[in-house]
Amino acid sequence: MHGKGLRTLALLTALTLTAAYALVFFWTPNDADQGFVQKIFYLHVPMAIVALCGFVAGGIFGAMHLRTRDGRWDLRAYVAIHLSQILAVGVLVTGSIWAKGAWGHWWLWDEPMLVSFLIVFLLYATYQVLRFSIEDRERQARYASVFAVLAGAFVPINFAVVRMAESYVHPRTLGTTTGGMPGEMMLTFLIALAGMALLFVTLWKYEMASKNAVAEVRALRLRLLGDDDALPRRTAAPTL
Amino acid sequence: MLTAVGAILRKDLLLELRTRESVPAMAIFAVTTLVVFHFALDRPTLAGDLAAGVLWVSFLFAAMLGLNRLFVAEEEQGGFDGFMLAPIDRTSLYVAKALALLAFLAIVQAIAVPAFAILLLDPSLWPVLPELVGVLLLGDAGICVVGALVSAIGIRTRARDLIVPLLALPLLIPVVIGAVEATAPLLAEGGAEPLPGRWLLTLGLYDAVFAAIAYAVFDDLLED
Repeated sequence: MHGKGLRTLALLTALTLTAAYALVFFWTPNDADQGFVQKIFYLHVPMAIVALCGFVAGGIFGAMHLRTRDGRWDLRAYVAIHLSQILAVGVLVTGSIWAKGAWGHWWLWDEPMLVSFLIVFLLYATYQVLRFSIEDRERQARYASVFAVLAGAFVPINFAVVRMAESYVHPRTLGTTTGGMPGEMMLTFLIALAGMALLFVTLWKYEMASKNAVAEVRALRLRLLGDDDALPRRTAAPTL
Repeated sequence: MLTAVGAILRKDLLLELRTRESVPAMAIFAVTTLVVFHFALDRPTLAGDLAAGVLWVSFLFAAMLGLNRLFVAEEEQGGFDGFMLAPIDRTSLYVAKALALLAFLAIVQAIAVPAFAILLLDPSLWPVLPELVGVLLLGDAGICVVGALVSAIGIRTRARDLIVPLLALPLLIPVVIGAVEATAPLLAEGGAEPLPGRWLLTLGLYDAVFAAIAYAVFDDLLED
């Protein structure tokens, strides 16, 4: 049985996210400096943190695949990475909107979060291309895992280096979780972060359940009907 | 392992010496890029940040040419099979390839850096030469450590010429940041400024971390 506990998890996610954004709109004070625009912070930063953790988790799953040679670890890495990539697009879009609202420009090169996400996004954009260009299933999984490990380690290093390069020019005050945030803001931020993490886990489990179910149906069709159509067509996604 | 690394490295250098497939193309490409930069930026001379950036971008693009060709002999002429049959540590292939690439880059830079000094650079290069060589080596090490692994990933895909630069360029952005930040003070207008130690440290750490990762995962690329 796939997707056990998915219903509870989904309800919990909906609850936490609703609570978080209700607090954002009705409880937290407007930022003294930026006003209402600053509230995008409760969407942008949790997304960024969760995406970052998702990429690192993808790297760990990839390492587990290389260790055990179990295709399920490759599937886990694949799902984690492509969900994180979707979140990374969200980070870029919300970050851009925030930069436009707060500073009047769509893009700021001295915003380390935004810049490092652009680099990470460009790197992971090749993940699907790499998978698609290897036909042999087993080798595709192996090479994708090597990529996942390499890129997963790259994500935090890249973030640190980009931050270091910018920190000379602009002292950072916004976007950090410390730095004298009032209690209400901090609490709301933490709830939003928890909600985003729950959303990621829910979506990850949901897609895993779907992929596992598809693989089982395919195996059954192949065994019972000898159906050649049941064989997967060429795809970037791992098949079990 | 050392003898295996030595043997493969010797083979690669000898092959390059006889066929001259990579290094001349890389060197010409690097110098051509410098010329292109002169026209694209429309400046007679460069100094400081801009000079460091132009220099490193030229090296990076030249390195991409070398990366695309690094494993071609192994892939096309059965070198991988021969290597897999030999009772040696598989990582030695990676170490040898990274060292070969380092040698290629060093030769390219021995040609491109003087060309850069003559064609574009405003301040004199002589007083800062030892420091510059140190920074070049640290940056090159980063390019080789990541490049050799990416080249090995790319070689057995259908779209290898596309995948290698698409993977290598984002992965090497921290190297570019560190190398440019470390080179810029050396080429500053009106006399060199002291080397920024934190950027050398950053480059060194990057090299060490990715060398460790590549060492750990390279085996897995060579299983079939």
